[in-house]
Amino acid sequence: MSIYILCLALFALGLYCVVRKRNVIKIIIGIGIMDYSVNLFFVLTGYRRSGRSPIFAADQAITNMVDPLPQAIVLVLIVIGLAVTLTLVAIAIRIYEKYGTFDITKINRLRG
Amino acid sequence: MQTFLMYSVFILPLACAFLIALLGKKARVAGGVIASLASAALFTISLNFAVLTISQKILICRTERWIPPYGISLVADQFSVFMMALANLITFIVSVYSVAYVRPYTDKWKYFSLLMLMAAGVNGVLVTGDLFNLFVFLEIASIAAYCMVTYTLHPESFEAAFKYAVMSTVASCFILLGIAFLYAHTSTLNMADMAAVLAAGGHSKLTLFVSVLFVMGFGMKAAAVPFHAWLPDAYTKSPATLPAMSSGVLLKVLGIYALSRVFFNVMGMTGAVSTVLTAIAVLTMVAGSLMAFGQTNMRRLFGYSSISQIGYIILGLAVGTPLALLGSVFHIFNHSVAKSLLFLNAGAVEDSYGTGDLRKISGIFCRSKLQGSSQLLGAMSICGIPPLAGFWSKAIIIFACIQAGRYAAGFIAAAVSIFTLAYYLKALTPALFGEAPDGQSGPRVALPSGAAMAALSALVLFGGVLMLPGVTSAIFNGAAAVLSDGIGYAYAVFGALR
Repeated sequence: MSIYILCLALFALGLYCVVRKRNVIKIIIGIGIMDYSVNLFFVLTGYRRSGRSPIFAADQAITNMVDPLPQAIVLVLIVIGLAVTLTLVAIAIRIYEKYGTFDITKINRLRG
Repeated sequence: MQTFLMYSVFILPLACAFLIALLGKKARVAGGVIASLASAALFTISLNFAVLTISQKILICRTERWIPPYGISLVADQFSVFMMALANLITFIVSVYSVAYVRPYTDKWKYFSLLMLMAAGVNGVLVTGDLFNLFVFLEIASIAAYCMVTYTLHPESFEAAFKYAVMSTVASCFILLGIAFLYAHTSTLNMADMAAVLAAGGHSKLTLFVSVLFVMGFGMKAAAVPFHAWLPDAYTKSPATLPAMSSGVLLKVLGIYALSRVFFNVMGMTGAVSTVLTAIAVLTMVAGSLMAFGQTNMRRLFGYSSISQIGYIILGLAVGTPLALLGSVFHIFNHSVAKSLLFLNAGAVEDSYGTGDLRKISGIFCRSKLQGSSQLLGAMSICGIPPLAGFWSKAIIIFACIQAGRYAAGFIAAAVSIFTLAYYLKALTPALFGEAPDGQSGPRVALPSGAAMAALSALVLFGGVLMLPGVTSAIFNGAAAVLSDGIGYAYAVFGALR
């Protein structure tokens, strides 16, 4: 149980980082932390204590395997996370070119 | 054949996105031509599905010999087919409009590639029967949208894109966490199977917690009010087609469609969720229209008005009676068509005047009849002037609120609709009917853009015809029935497999 709570604490930490930090790069890192905590949570839902790898062969009984589906899902999620991070970093580079700063309180031309 | 067509709704635009990226650098016109042809083909395919679902109710395509709940199945029922036809129609019109609109920009192929990726994501969300697959397609469409915001290379557009990307990614994380909880509870990702398991297990605290995560996540994608901050910024400095796509397609599909699919068909609508959604809807309507009042930028005005109209759609879903759902589905159609028209027109007006500031724009009618009349038609439909369709859908939602005994919500909806008329009149009257600054006509609207705007204007003008009894029952009632069936969706899916 405690491991799930730690995982959600990691999620909350990432959210805190996104909401509170003023540096663009730190916000991107916060999003990375949130992404990873969700990935970790997915893997944990498939975990069985002392379970074995889910490979089915003719001479093996199906006992206590870990769930393979979350592992496949996490592979997809890692790729999506990579795409999102790349997009964000590319935008951050252009923001630095145009505004000369990473401080989001100074990047505020849009209002109203 | 049907299997092939169902896969092609997202494979075709994906393939076109890569094809455009390959050919676009060499052949300049390839991007626009391929994108327009592909979206026209997609619209035809979705009309074909629409005809099929009238007789068969639900179309299912399974992965090879994996029978659901195993494998990722594709499911198209009347609601998703209705949304698919609408989304592909708007995509087609936007891509025709873009052919002339993106001419001043460099690297046009990137633009059309992103447009096709967006179409792939949207169609994938609509056609999938698997909750995680829905998330993946939702991310494809969202990432394409972030990139499209920055296409104009304005400093402000990067600022807006960063805000949009961060908020939307946080929303995606909430949705994903919700999916993880649901998977841990039900051990399945197939939406129909999940609905059956959840219905058998009774209502638990977990579904309530997941509901909160989904309301936050999909609410952010739909720009409901506490989560709306990205929308006006993202609309301001992006290419004018992005707000048209976003307001016409992305908000409706990624936000409203996904929200209603998950809440009605998978988790089952409960009293608590309905109360929360009503509160959000009322807040969205009121705050959206209040914030629109002081706007001087045309696109920001329309953006806040979009937020306010999304409130009406969510209100209809929250009330949840068959009449209210019909109103919601009809309002999705009306708002998509009218708001896309307004944004496409805003792009043309900005090109003609060189600014989007309403204080500097006057006499649109003097300079161009087409721009003036399409702007007037779109605004009239959004405000709800009687012969146009916007009036009927709002009236249905308000009547449904009163019928369901939610007098306060109904009264606020009626008041907001008057307020909408007020801010549109205040903002657009001088712009439309004032004196043109130098008395001469502006640059001519290019042929593809003009044709796109004329087509949307015709849809807005004749949208009211859809209220005729026979037509409504053929189009909107089927879509609304899918939602009012609730978790009967599970039986419909598994029944169709037998």
